[in-house]
Amino acid sequence: MIANIPFLAVMAMIIIGLATVVFKRNLIKMVIGVSIIESGVNLFLITLGYREHSVAPIYTASPGGIMSYPVPQALTLTSIVIGVAVLALMLSLVIYIYRHYKTLDIRKLGGGEE
Amino acid sequence: MNILDILLQQSPALIVATPLLGAFLTPLIGKLGYNVRNIFIIIILAVTAFLVFLLASDVFSGNIHTYVFGGTTSTVLSNTVIRILFEVDGLSIFMAIITVILSLAAVIYSWAFMREETGQDKYYTLLLLMTTGMFGMVLTGDLFNFFVFLEITSIASCALIAFWTHKAKAVEAAFNYMVISTIGALFVLLSIAFLYGKYDALNIAKLASRITPVSFSFIDKLSLILLLAALTMKAGIAPMHMWLPDAYGRAPASISIILVGATQASLYGVFRICFTLYGNVIQIPEVSLGWIMVILGLITMLIGVFMAMIQIDFKKLIAYGALAELGYMFLGVGTGLTILSNPQLSLASNSFALQAMKGGIFHIINDALDVGLLFLVAGAVYYATKESSLNNLGGIARNMKYTTVFFLIGLLAVSGIPPMNGFASKLLIYESVYQLNPILAIIAILASIMLLAIMVKVFYSAFLGPKIDRFQDIREAPKSMLIAMGILASLIIFFGLFPDLIVNTLVEPAVKAITHPTSYILWLTGGV
Repeated sequence: MIANIPFLAVMAMIIIGLATVVFKRNLIKMVIGVSIIESGVNLFLITLGYREHSVAPIYTASPGGIMSYPVPQALTLTSIVIGVAVLALMLSLVIYIYRHYKTLDIRKLGGGEE
Repeated sequence: MNILDILLQQSPALIVATPLLGAFLTPLIGKLGYNVRNIFIIIILAVTAFLVFLLASDVFSGNIHTYVFGGTTSTVLSNTVIRILFEVDGLSIFMAIITVILSLAAVIYSWAFMREETGQDKYYTLLLLMTTGMFGMVLTGDLFNFFVFLEITSIASCALIAFWTHKAKAVEAAFNYMVISTIGALFVLLSIAFLYGKYDALNIAKLASRITPVSFSFIDKLSLILLLAALTMKAGIAPMHMWLPDAYGRAPASISIILVGATQASLYGVFRICFTLYGNVIQIPEVSLGWIMVILGLITMLIGVFMAMIQIDFKKLIAYGALAELGYMFLGVGTGLTILSNPQLSLASNSFALQAMKGGIFHIINDALDVGLLFLVAGAVYYATKESSLNNLGGIARNMKYTTVFFLIGLLAVSGIPPMNGFASKLLIYESVYQLNPILAIIAILASIMLLAIMVKVFYSAFLGPKIDRFQDIREAPKSMLIAMGILASLIIFFGLFPDLIVNTLVEPAVKAITHPTSYILWLTGGV
């Protein structure tokens, strides 16, 4: 049971993130929602590579014992870097939207001339 | 070993590396002047085009080309080889050819189209990055690598959609696309993680060889659905098409044309997953999604034409037309998948399935050319008149003769009228889909006729009609824009006059690649 908690957390994060993106009307909160989904997926990748009582997969000066699997960690690192770029771009778009409409409320966007 | 052989051997890496290097050199070269930079970018893309065609000549002779980044032998750590593989077969190189044609046309077009804009160095950097991402998506043989290139493409394209930041609608469309494509990409990553957790592999061929009818379980179903949902969303297939018309319509015209290529790269992902990744289990009922693809294709087609009818914005109307065209590809390939995944019907006894696939795949390149040409024409009209609403346009054929001719060519091609390329692929689709179910063919033809009617309406309201004082002294589009349109128009006519040649040289290997996934899967493991 205790080993399954990370997976439950992953599910909860993805669902919370999706709900935030779908139901919140503030653009910043939507961005936060996307970010939560991303953290959930990253957590899932990390959990996949973890083995109980394992040490970090570094060979030099290793204390011995089993090591956790390094490939998912490499994947997560890549995914985090991509996530930062996405987050930065989304926030900069939000800034531009705010400059145009003077609001972050999604219901008040649209309309107006080109 | 002569230089061509060496280049050929390294070409999968070079095709991705050349535009990537070009992208980061662009701001530096930009300091040397406007023309120097533009010539530099065209040279970069020309070199890439040369490499693509070099690789194509090898792939079309029947080889599957692999390129290894990283280890060739197992590590001490485990008995798996840690590396990224590029695996190029007929379908990949077919998509790469489309990408290179579209990006060359876009860059030549931008020469005059973007002349007045600020921030051009960034524009070209992002444009080359987007091209890099598309090449990566179609050439890679690694699922995680596919995700990375997917994200590179979508980040670069979002920034480019919002390039005209002074237009609120453009920024809004970009934000919309960004949220949708990021969530889509994250679900792609999640399903990659599912597959990785179960099969301990990221390589598409290796995964495909491990996904067998025996091992097939709920996890495989879940990741198939997540992958397909996310990628069809990024490809703009209904019911998740809502971002597409906005994004296409609000971006600069030279970007819209590359976006067509980007959505098609996602479509490539759909085909790769359906036919190759799940190639061994294609006959399990839960995996045979042929009918779903057919129905989604029809819905996309109908939504596209019905929504195009009521549009008054020139580019948005063409964007809905592009949506309708996407439906044809899904219809053609979906029909093929239906037959392929049915154990009672063999592919050999149903030559029409093969024909449907040929039509669907052939339509990918035709759609890229036709819709691309129409977007460029819309951009040229906007460039000359600064007007995008069809209500205000009129009578511009008097001053823009060549642009009018190009629009006419695009119009005939997109609605499938005989001398143009659209006819060749649509006829293949009609004929073969008819044998699966006649109603499908009827709806497809109906959509095509409606598309013709809509485009004729646009032609009349924008190009013909009485003189309008405002447009008295507008001038013909500049030369570089005409050259870009001319390249696409001549390819359209060439493809239309010699469809057999194109089907046999380009389309046949691509169809073979997806109908015989075993060759892709076994290339790596050496026939085991």
